[in-house]
Amino acid sequence: MRYLRYLIPLAAFLVLTGFLFKGLWMDPHIVPSPLIDKPAPAFRLTQVADPAKSISRDDLLGKVWVLNVWASWCATCHEEHPLLVDLSKTGLVPIYGLVYKDTRADALKLLDQQGNPYVAALFDPDGRVGIDYGVYAVPETYVIDKTGTVRFKQIGPITPEVLHDKIVPLIRKLNA
Amino acid sequence: MVALAVALVLGSVPIVGAARGNTTWMEVARPAARALFVLVLVASACLVASFVRDDFSVLYVATNSTRALPLRYKLAAFWGGHEGSMLLWLLILSFWMFAVSLFSRHLPLAMVARILGVMGLIGVGFLLFILLTSSPFERLIPAAQDGRDLNPLLQDPGMVAHPPMLYMGYVGFSVAFAFAIAALLGGNLDATWARWSRPWTTVAWSFLTLGICLGSAWAYYTLGWGGWWFWDPVENASFMPWLAGTALMHSLAVTEKRGGFKVWTVLLAIFAFSLSLLGTFLVRSGVLTSVHAFANDPRRGVFILLFLAVVIGGSLALYAWRAPKVGLGERFELISRETMLLTNNVLFLSAAAAVLLGTLYPLFLDSLGLAKISVGPPYFDVVFVPLMTPALFLMGIGPLARWKHANLPEIGIRLKWAFGVSIVTALLLPLALGRWSGVAAFGLWLALWIFAATFVNLWSRLQPLTGGLVARLRSLPLGYLGMLTAHMGVAVFIAGVTLVKTYESEKDVQMEVGDTVTMGPYTFRFNGVEDGSRENYIYARGAFEVTRNGRLAGTMHPEKRQFMAQSEPSTVAAIDRGLTRDLYVSLGEAVGGKNSNAWIVRVYYKPFVDWVWGGCVVMALGGALALSDRRYRFARSSRPAIEPALSGTAPAA
Amino acid sequence: MLRPVLALALVLLTVPFCAGAREAAPVGQDPAIERRMMVLAQELRCLVCQNQTLADSQAPLAADLRQEIRELMQKGQSDEQIKQYLVARYGDFVLYRPPLRSETWFLWFGPAVLLVGGLTALYLVLLRRRRLAGAEPLNADQEQRALALLSEDEGQPS
Repeated sequence: MRYLRYLIPLAAFLVLTGFLFKGLWMDPHIVPSPLIDKPAPAFRLTQVADPAKSISRDDLLGKVWVLNVWASWCATCHEEHPLLVDLSKTGLVPIYGLVYKDTRADALKLLDQQGNPYVAALFDPDGRVGIDYGVYAVPETYVIDKTGTVRFKQIGPITPEVLHDKIVPLIRKLNA
Repeated sequence: MVALAVALVLGSVPIVGAARGNTTWMEVARPAARALFVLVLVASACLVASFVRDDFSVLYVATNSTRALPLRYKLAAFWGGHEGSMLLWLLILSFWMFAVSLFSRHLPLAMVARILGVMGLIGVGFLLFILLTSSPFERLIPAAQDGRDLNPLLQDPGMVAHPPMLYMGYVGFSVAFAFAIAALLGGNLDATWARWSRPWTTVAWSFLTLGICLGSAWAYYTLGWGGWWFWDPVENASFMPWLAGTALMHSLAVTEKRGGFKVWTVLLAIFAFSLSLLGTFLVRSGVLTSVHAFANDPRRGVFILLFLAVVIGGSLALYAWRAPKVGLGERFELISRETMLLTNNVLFLSAAAAVLLGTLYPLFLDSLGLAKISVGPPYFDVVFVPLMTPALFLMGIGPLARWKHANLPEIGIRLKWAFGVSIVTALLLPLALGRWSGVAAFGLWLALWIFAATFVNLWSRLQPLTGGLVARLRSLPLGYLGMLTAHMGVAVFIAGVTLVKTYESEKDVQMEVGDTVTMGPYTFRFNGVEDGSRENYIYARGAFEVTRNGRLAGTMHPEKRQFMAQSEPSTVAAIDRGLTRDLYVSLGEAVGGKNSNAWIVRVYYKPFVDWVWGGCVVMALGGALALSDRRYRFARSSRPAIEPALSGTAPAA
Repeated sequence: MLRPVLALALVLLTVPFCAGAREAAPVGQDPAIERRMMVLAQELRCLVCQNQTLADSQAPLAADLRQEIRELMQKGQSDEQIKQYLVARYGDFVLYRPPLRSETWFLWFGPAVLLVGGLTALYLVLLRRRRLAGAEPLNADQEQRALALLSEDEGQPS
């Protein structure tokens, strides 16, 4: 019975190993969003194409929508762009772009060249709205429901798997 | 691969031989260890040659070097990436094996066989890892025209010295580990074992101290913002073995002198090396974010974790099995040097546990899906300092305590002068430095206390002796002098840390040519930036004139370097070092358009910061002194191990 | 007549601003706020260069966040409020000092508990040792007891 005490170090080590093993499959860099299941932060931004027109968060209540944060200088945004264009063509959900720390000219040029999946692209030149949404690594994408609550955040480019397995089913569920 | 075969032989034959009492098998150990070393040396030489010859058909060379890289950095690039650094690990492991094979004539053959066998097994693990997942000899076909260059941050003398020193340290703990395992296997856990374990532990500890010190000093001048310790996971990975190793050294002293707590010491030896291995895992597996992290790959991580599980799990299981059978040492009272040393152990281990906890906690919470937090300097500073403080205080008392039964009142009397002087000086000194601060006074008191108590100790040892000062010092055992030196080193270190953290100041300014900025008595005048180029980078070199109270004190030249093979520029700070302060200037960015010549500049005043590293060097020096003690010299004959009587070191002071 | 004089006056007035040595302008506008901001930023983690504090990082987001903090301070917000602001957007990850919550109790109190536990165990072990005899040999019965007690004693805290 007393001999059990000698097993304590071994037992503690095995527990530690368990955690370390689990840790191998996790990414310590990802910062999960504290906004999930909380109201999407308010904003009022002008459109990239037309500075006279502006859109606010409240304008978008009542429908499920996707916010895609991107910039023309961001290489990985180019990678996910075709997927967004395809998604917009299905008409499943309106996609709004948040042009993060960019110039109107550069953004419009990219949309011209690579297609425009956005119902409207909102212009956030100083990144303030980005900060409100907890953006730290473009591209990032949010799914927001009819009540204006954030339901999902994708950090990094959207892949076909994420689109197929997570985003589309979620949108269908929220629309139901 | 040949090395792998040899290592396998080395790993199994001698141990089995020892278990069976088969002398021939046991004798395989020494030559096998030496052969292993030679083979690994040859492999390493091949890699070095590839670098020197710019052989870009070797993938590792292509990713870490370039034609224009200066020769010394081509050599250092050997350990610049993951694969090469693993080879370095292996090289140093086999070097230690070689050293053990040379310096172990006085040990019983069975013991040597087991020690080398254990180290051989560890070598097997590393060889498998290298061969299966991380070979630096992978080919790149077709060969590249030129390499991608060594990361510019690494193109620095620090890179040449820091990793090898560090590895000598924590790989060196494998020797103490092997001794412990050998003792558990053989069942002969006695004072002899402790005595012969001790020098190996001390030398590894000294190297590790220097390695960490170099890493910190290097970060200080290379990262551009004057920091020298960040509680970064990789720094912690090397600090934890150091803490455990310090505990081990002190515990070995008890076991050697008094035969006590052998089982505990064995456990500590296992811990120290386990923490080294754990550190290796943490840095390479992608499990934690770190400034140092090598390229990450879960597959490698799994391999290392498996290896860890086998080695550490195995050794702890062995411990659980064998340890209960070991006997007690001699008695000692509640108040005695033994107790103080053991308290030291508890304190150092708690500190190591705290560092481990802080480093891994984000991982724990994340894997349980509970939260994603960060644990940084605010946590470590708050938790670590209170844990270490009692240890520092005891450092003054411990060496004065007798073995077996210490007389506290007597110690109190001897130390009351030291106590008084240190408190008064500590309270007054901050005023002299410009601004009183409770924190500074406290830190200074600890440093002064250690200094004064150590001095009292030395004085009382010297008093009864005759002769001139030097002659008297010479007659004292080096082990004792080593201890004093190392403890003084700690005092210097504490003083440095306290003073720099309390009194440092920083200014972030935008300067155009001719502008000045003042820090204390120093004025810095910006004289513009000139452009130039070297072998593999272009640079912008700033010129600053420093005056003190009107008189020229020096010029400083911080640089901003743009390496040709990298996209981000790197900063090289200009440091004007001094015994009592460092002046530190670094260039930020050029601002404004093409016509403006303005730069963002950071200027720091860091008092006594060099004491931080100076203290570490003194500590390592203490270790070296202790190593040269007469006890460990065994000039000619290969006398078998003898039970040490009262050895030449201090019977209680 | 007047114009050349005015022109000269203008030139003379601007000269001190253009030429000559002068004390360098600090990067931030208000030195007190700047200092306070840097102290706070030392406790915050940069999300892009995740191994640097917000104070040290050169990343664009870090510069943006430092500016945000400056503005919040100018509006009179306290350090605590600013931290809450950032945590609401980025989560606890951004704090280098982990908040004290039920999940982090073990983190904050663990080391103290371990230390106290270790010292207590040490004390108990030492007390037990005193009871064990030194030199006289043990008979078989005593040896059994000794072994049993031994394993208790030798079970050191980890």
